[in-house]
Amino acid sequence: MKNIKKSLEYNPRSRRNIKETTFTILSGLFSIISILPLILVVTFVVIKGGAEINLDTLLLEPEPPGDDLLSAGGVGPAIVGTFIITTISSLISIPVGIGGGIYLAEYSKEGPFSKFIRFGTNVLAGVPSIIAGVFIYAIIVSTKVLFGSMFSGIAGGMALSILMLPTVIKTTDEGLKLVPDDLRRGSLAIGASMFTTISRVTLPAAFRPITTGIMLSIARAAGETAPLIFTALFSRYYITGIGDLFYEMGSLSVLIYNFALEPYEAQNKLAWAASFLLVLILLTMNIISRFIGKNSLEKR
Amino acid sequence: MISQKRNNFFLKKRSLTEKLVDKGFKIFALLMASSLSILLLAIFFVIFYESLDSMNRYGIDFLTTSEWNPVTDEYGAFTAIYGTLITSLAAVIISIPLGVGTAIFITEDILPAKVRGLIGFMVELLAAIPSVVLGLWAIFVMEPFIRPFLLFLYNFFGWIPFLSSEPIGPGIAPAILILVVMILPIVTSIARDSINQVPNKLREAAYGIGASRWTSIFNVILPAAISGITGGVLLGLGRAMGETMAVTMIIGNSNSFSWSIFSPGYTISAMLANQFGEADGSQVSSLMYAAFVLMLLTLIVNLLAQWIVKKLSLKYS
Repeated sequence: MKNIKKSLEYNPRSRRNIKETTFTILSGLFSIISILPLILVVTFVVIKGGAEINLDTLLLEPEPPGDDLLSAGGVGPAIVGTFIITTISSLISIPVGIGGGIYLAEYSKEGPFSKFIRFGTNVLAGVPSIIAGVFIYAIIVSTKVLFGSMFSGIAGGMALSILMLPTVIKTTDEGLKLVPDDLRRGSLAIGASMFTTISRVTLPAAFRPITTGIMLSIARAAGETAPLIFTALFSRYYITGIGDLFYEMGSLSVLIYNFALEPYEAQNKLAWAASFLLVLILLTMNIISRFIGKNSLEKR
Repeated sequence: MISQKRNNFFLKKRSLTEKLVDKGFKIFALLMASSLSILLLAIFFVIFYESLDSMNRYGIDFLTTSEWNPVTDEYGAFTAIYGTLITSLAAVIISIPLGVGTAIFITEDILPAKVRGLIGFMVELLAAIPSVVLGLWAIFVMEPFIRPFLLFLYNFFGWIPFLSSEPIGPGIAPAILILVVMILPIVTSIARDSINQVPNKLREAAYGIGASRWTSIFNVILPAAISGITGGVLLGLGRAMGETMAVTMIIGNSNSFSWSIFSPGYTISAMLANQFGEADGSQVSSLMYAAFVLMLLTLIVNLLAQWIVKKLSLKYS
């Protein structure tokens, strides 16, 4: 009798319970290791980069490496460049992506065509970002098809748009699929055309998930470097007019890449400053877009 | 009386502009959707076409020799292909226990939901850090920090061919670690999603017949979620193969072949990033050939991932 009672008590030293605790601790340990990189990277970027931020680093043009050992200038043109290149890529990929997503979700639905395009979207999403750069280099840069210009901000924007496109199509498609069919039928039943239904009823209903997805894809594009290093290249100067879009253009990410590998400390410091700005912008965009997405889920 | 009412009520025909807009919009959407497949095919064919020159000249030898000399026009990408495979495979092997372990930890009720949500959120935010910033961090912070540990490994296990050279700075080993950081968010979030999709009934049934927490995880939950987890791991592998910036900055960019993971190496993407800007003639073609190989590798891995998710997924209804 006593034995039975004892076997019902919790015994922390039984083999089963030791195994349980070990695995729990192990998985907790893995979780700590998993969040460690984020904490370390953000800490170092804030400490090393935040210290370099002042009005000069925000506004000045970067100095060529080795000219001045004490100061490397600033990242002003790179901020503008990142903004312009990201805008160009958004202007290309958002209309194409939303249009494609609408066709998949509203017109083609589950047909073989949409299956094929959805499959293609997944494949394109898996294409390495540097391949997008190689592709744009082959069709735009080396052929000088853009009015004879080779490396240009526009080419860089096009390369980035290839990376944004699958995300925009996917989020539009999935956002529209979440809209209840009743809304569509109701709109069509009172005589609205397909176009009116989509533009007035389903797109507004799916506005939040689509915006979230687009913001995340813009944030991803703004941080990309690989497609830019041989399409937009790099420039140390502010753009002065619309014509400068057809010439080399600097960006924060390429500036970090170029200056991190320089042997001069001033340039390395500027790379940290640029990292600070880039991480600040991207994390903010990510957190905001997640906030928007979260609210939309709570409403449903 | 009734007929009069009927006359007042008439069906409005759609105006021509409305019809045109409606039709035009459908065609626009169709064009946009098709442009994706055109783009995909164009990427494939352009890179294939540009590499034809090099393919004809070096053929399959390109994949097995490691001579890369623009002066004598000798090109072989074995070092880069080896580098791509070893870094991505090692990174995936390390990130499986970390990612899946974290996923289990944040789906179980070990800690309060808020803390678990925060951990998941932080792992996902890691994906928002651009790879070039991770590369910068790897050069100036991580690599100097881990070098003593690598030296220790070298001193004790230097007789193993994979660890047979002295770690002196940038190399394959730090590149593997930074790749782990980069694919951890993918593996973790996909593993978490697939574990979350396992119906709670399975877990309750396991507890009901007396299984403990970890017995039910290993014998019930993980087998049920295995398709999603495998898919996530393969997606991570594809991402690791194509990852460029952080790897380029920390791998050392050396084309001399070595089995050792402590020596500097090369990956296909690092080679492209380094040489494409200044290449011309047959070098461009050879780089295109390498890019084509990289694209095929990632394509195969991604297709496999999609196929496995489709094939292995258990259907619950």
